[in-house]
Amino acid sequence: MNPSWPSINLRVNGEHHSLNLPPMKRLLDVLREDLHLTGTKEGCGEGECGSCSVRMDGELVNSCMVPVLQAQDACVETVEGLACDAELHPLQKAFLEFGGAQCGICTPGMLMAASHLLAHNPTPNIAEIRDGLAGNLCRCTGFIRIFDSVIATIASNAKSQQERNAR
Amino acid sequence: MSTSAKTRIVGSSVPRKEGVDKLMGRARYVDDIERDGMWHGATVRSSIPRGIIRSIEFDPRIDWGEFAVVTAADVPGENHIQLIFADQPCLADGQVNHCEEAIALLAHPNKQKLREAVAAVRIDYEPLPAVFTIEESERQDVIVWGEDNIFKSFLLEKGNVDQAWTGAAHVIEGEYRTGAQEHLYIENNGMIAEYNSAHGVTVWGSLQCPYYVHKSLMAVFGLPEEKVRVIQTETGGAFGGKEDFPSVLGSHAALLAMKAGRPVKMIYDRMEDLAATPKRHPSRIRHRTAVDANGMLLAMDIEVATDGGAYSTLSSTVLSRATLHSPGPYVCPNVRVRSRAWATNTVPYGAFRGFGAPQAIFAIERHMDEIAAGIGMDPIELRRRNFLQDGTTTATEQVMREHVIMDKLLDRALTESNYYARKTQFAQENPASAIKRGIGIAAFFHGSGFTGSGERNLNSLAGVDVTSEGKVRVLVSSTEFGQGTNTILTQIASEAIGLDIGDVVMALPDTGIVPNSGPTVASRTSMVVGKLIQRAGTQLVSMLHDKAGLEESFTRAEFFAACERYRAKLGDVVSLCRYEPPPNIFWDDQKYRGEAYPAYAWSIHVAQVAVDTITYSTEVEDFWAVQEVGRVLNPVLAGGQIEGGVAQGIGYALYEKVVWQNGRMANNQMTNYIMPTAEDVPPIHVLFEEIPFMHGGFGAKGIGELPHDGPAPAILNAIKDATGVSFCSIPLMPEDILAKLVVASSIEVAATV
Repeated sequence: MNPSWPSINLRVNGEHHSLNLPPMKRLLDVLREDLHLTGTKEGCGEGECGSCSVRMDGELVNSCMVPVLQAQDACVETVEGLACDAELHPLQKAFLEFGGAQCGICTPGMLMAASHLLAHNPTPNIAEIRDGLAGNLCRCTGFIRIFDSVIATIASNAKSQQERNAR
Repeated sequence: MSTSAKTRIVGSSVPRKEGVDKLMGRARYVDDIERDGMWHGATVRSSIPRGIIRSIEFDPRIDWGEFAVVTAADVPGENHIQLIFADQPCLADGQVNHCEEAIALLAHPNKQKLREAVAAVRIDYEPLPAVFTIEESERQDVIVWGEDNIFKSFLLEKGNVDQAWTGAAHVIEGEYRTGAQEHLYIENNGMIAEYNSAHGVTVWGSLQCPYYVHKSLMAVFGLPEEKVRVIQTETGGAFGGKEDFPSVLGSHAALLAMKAGRPVKMIYDRMEDLAATPKRHPSRIRHRTAVDANGMLLAMDIEVATDGGAYSTLSSTVLSRATLHSPGPYVCPNVRVRSRAWATNTVPYGAFRGFGAPQAIFAIERHMDEIAAGIGMDPIELRRRNFLQDGTTTATEQVMREHVIMDKLLDRALTESNYYARKTQFAQENPASAIKRGIGIAAFFHGSGFTGSGERNLNSLAGVDVTSEGKVRVLVSSTEFGQGTNTILTQIASEAIGLDIGDVVMALPDTGIVPNSGPTVASRTSMVVGKLIQRAGTQLVSMLHDKAGLEESFTRAEFFAACERYRAKLGDVVSLCRYEPPPNIFWDDQKYRGEAYPAYAWSIHVAQVAVDTITYSTEVEDFWAVQEVGRVLNPVLAGGQIEGGVAQGIGYALYEKVVWQNGRMANNQMTNYIMPTAEDVPPIHVLFEEIPFMHGGFGAKGIGELPHDGPAPAILNAIKDATGVSFCSIPLMPEDILAKLVVASSIEVAATV
């Protein structure tokens, strides 16, 4: 306990944490070092590559650019929170089937950006998908199979929706 | 088993073996790993390009007793990284030869204190003159390496070039340049090391070639092989950038671990990784070509020069591949290639996807369009008339024994891209538009596997074993870094044995467990290592037939029961195979003649571009990649390799510029070293033709590097089609286009006045 540091309360993937932290510590490092959620990756440390993308109160942020003080009382979602128990999230299933992940280092951030995109726009067209993922760099795939994975997710979500409606 | 036989698993898009771990965020990359009592390590680097180190001073305001400090004096064995030549010091000793060269290493538990301490080490230098370009090195008035600044030179000769010029209808000359390119793997270099006197050195890290790191650590520590252990962690991209450099960083982390007496982790941040680690060799390639009245190539005189940086690292083998790819996929009776790799005072250049071929193919494929323009022939027709065919010979007089189908690939590319219709349409639309569209092609091969006698010298060993938990394990030092090694090799093993993919796992890439199946480079894994695994799988089944009563056809349960009978009787169930060169392969290293590669992958790329004559930016609007890579083992992974390579090739052509200042990369940030984003890549249409290669794993040839070879020349040929102006240097930035278009149009204006 360092009395000169604030107490930071935040909710990560639905779980509440109260932490005594230097206020300028990067959210990325808090997730990785203090909460041991190493799924979120550092690629550049300057908000360019998007590998550290997480959702914070419904916004997509580069967690390397967020001092933890700014995350006070926030709800943070990381890649570890995407899958529901053992069941992969539809995006994860599509990335697996369509080759959306290669080396995997950009994948957690890419998944968070894609899930953020679909949360705001459930049926984006290809231009909107490109725009939605433009802040996340992938050096392996050339992005094509990432687009394919997102498109497949939209189709499978629509199908699930139809099935729910039919019931 | 015949390569064309029907297969159950090979040829299907089995999902990536480690895919779920990567998608769940569970895959453990080196920075995700902690060891008890671990400290962090950092590097004190040279701030000048060349000079004598007069002294290393440690600021007395820092309590250095808290730190582990390592300099060259602490290296227990040889202070050299073991690669082809051992000229690169592990830590600079008395002299530095490039900016960012490692001079001292520090470790401390607190990263912030570590950063402050790095800044508190002062190096006093006596600067020496430095050279930064091929031309400065060629002048040889400052010698910075060896006796003449030359790392390596080759002379390749076929026929008699000098007698060909007089009879030629046309002689076309050109000079082509390519710049440095950064790999920009999203995971920076990183290593963790432990040391103790009983067990020796163990390192975990992001790397391609465990046994390369192993070899360097043995030398640096003077330890026998059993006291050095190298374990690859999940690796977040490599592209050649983690072929040689991990030997440096692994040695550094291990030296700090020895000095600190505790585990040490060294993770580069992006700026350090960009400034201090290898990039693609810059090149200058000159062509002089004699052509007859029908467009047949009579003679090619080629001069290749590469910038190798401050130490030799892989420059000799990169130059070799550049030399062998420089005449392109064409028949020519008279060829001479003179090539040299030059020393300069920059960070050593290293391996990068394509390994000299993208430079060579940029030059020849741009040059083919220049020849076509010079003789007034359609560039498609010029290529078609000169393609290698079955039974013809390459520049090294290698006879094309495998079926060559460049004509068919070309036809398919022209049809799929609707090439001629688009070309006509753009020619009609361009005059009235500020956006000038064009379409261009590149035709090329890429040699699979190590060059010449390379595979024979590697003498790779790989195989499978069966664990007592009832899994077949693939035993290779070939690593996964996104390209699909795990998936492809488990597909091959399960197919060869007759099991399901779920019955086969990869052994941990740990030199304490796996044999040396060679480095994970040179588009060799599916073809060469894949074949070893196929053979090992077949051999395992035979062993079980002969020694453990396994029937001709068997169920999964019968297979593993036979394995247990074998184990009870004879011990571990292991099947290893060593590389056997295909028959009739001959290579003469002295004359540079013979079978340069056991097999070639072939490709045609077509690029459509739009050049904006107001902003001078170029957009690649559409792209077709047609290739013959032998058997396609996994269509989703293969398609991903092609698309990723094309995207990197687009970056190489139009976006990725390393800006040098006094031998140091000035734009060492993702903010100002720009790669293609999701907004920049065009649709990429990927089409395969398959001709199984009998000496490759289930018919595979190399695929990984091929797609990086074609985009740059195809794009610059398309820009010429769009603008009428030839550009011969990459990266081609908007300002370069502006400079030439403005000059060209002002001449045009002057001429019409």
